[in-house]
Amino acid sequence: MAVLVIDDSKAMRSLIKRILNDAGFEVLEAGDGQEALECLQRWNHIDLVLVDWDMPGMDGYEFVRTVRATPAYRHLRLMMVTAESELEHVAAALAAGADEYVMKPFTRDAVLGKLDLLRTTRE
Amino acid sequence: MNTISRSDFNYICELVRRRAAIVLEPDKAYLIETRLTPLARQNGFDSLQALIASLRLNAADSLHRKVVEAITIHETSFFRDAHPFETLQTTILPNLLARRSASQTLAIWCAACSSGQEPFSVAMLAREHFPALVKGRLRIIATDLSGAVLARAREGLYSQTEINRGLPAMLLTRYFDKQGLHWQIKPDIRRMVDFRQNNLAENWPLLPQMDIIFMRNVLIYFGLETKKAILAKVRGILKPDGYLFLGSSETTLNLDAGFEPISMGKTICYQLR
Repeated sequence: MAVLVIDDSKAMRSLIKRILNDAGFEVLEAGDGQEALECLQRWNHIDLVLVDWDMPGMDGYEFVRTVRATPAYRHLRLMMVTAESELEHVAAALAAGADEYVMKPFTRDAVLGKLDLLRTTRE
Repeated sequence: MNTISRSDFNYICELVRRRAAIVLEPDKAYLIETRLTPLARQNGFDSLQALIASLRLNAADSLHRKVVEAITIHETSFFRDAHPFETLQTTILPNLLARRSASQTLAIWCAACSSGQEPFSVAMLAREHFPALVKGRLRIIATDLSGAVLARAREGLYSQTEINRGLPAMLLTRYFDKQGLHWQIKPDIRRMVDFRQNNLAENWPLLPQMDIIFMRNVLIYFGLETKKAILAKVRGILKPDGYLFLGSSETTLNLDAGFEPISMGKTICYQLR
């Protein structure tokens, strides 16, 4: 399964990529929402997207809204992975169309557990 | 980190075995060190060794109890292993509701509930999918050996790390309030769970006949005879058409012939033969 990881921090992308690679996922990377949209156009085998909230250019919230407004991306499962940890942020992300939400700092188990949740609810 | 001597390790193993009938394997020295070193500090000892020396010198007291509780706290998370909860939602609760009259209460027991994530997961699932059940027809009893973790469970206060693990974000927004850096489960969900202290290896308090028993990832800590004794008591309180869930690495096979494993969806549960 292919996962797109969107975060403006290269270190954070590397950390998430290592966790996902170890769990058997193929990982693609993007540094902001706009670059991520270009990735989605280029590769059509992506199923899951992990997206940070605060990024320069198109942020994660805007990215989620854009994806949800695009019928061709209806199959994508979107998970926000962000340091924003207020209830209002979680609620806003879900209302915009995110399927799951993980707060930074996170553990390996948290990320993989939530991905399991996404895959389970999809079946 | 203090490194525990073989003699101290054996002393703690014997204490835990005698008090809680839990057998610690030789590779669990790290567990003793990581759980008891903070306890030693909290109780004014310079080191883990000093704590154990005091335990050896003094008659059984509250410090002995705290040590046993610290060792026996179990790993847990919301909706742990996911599949038992799916089966509960899609098959077991609909089946039981169809079989019981509208006036009957369903009783669910979480038998080693630790800090409460399992019974609260059941409570949230019921609230989400079985609103009729929640109106006075559902009784969730949650027990644990440790008074300290039960106090935490009753408070329903969880760290961000605990919230991140297994709890669907939608349920976080519906059933939790942010309290500083922590998250607290709302009072109406807390009120759905009746927390009580119970040592599975000793005499059990009076419990109602159960429709569903969650006894997951706890039998693995007991010796063979204690496992058999516990399963015999489970047979005594599980309703004839009730369901028992064990941990994914646990089974009744070769322990108790009175149970039949039933494959349901992606999980296995046990019913009385």
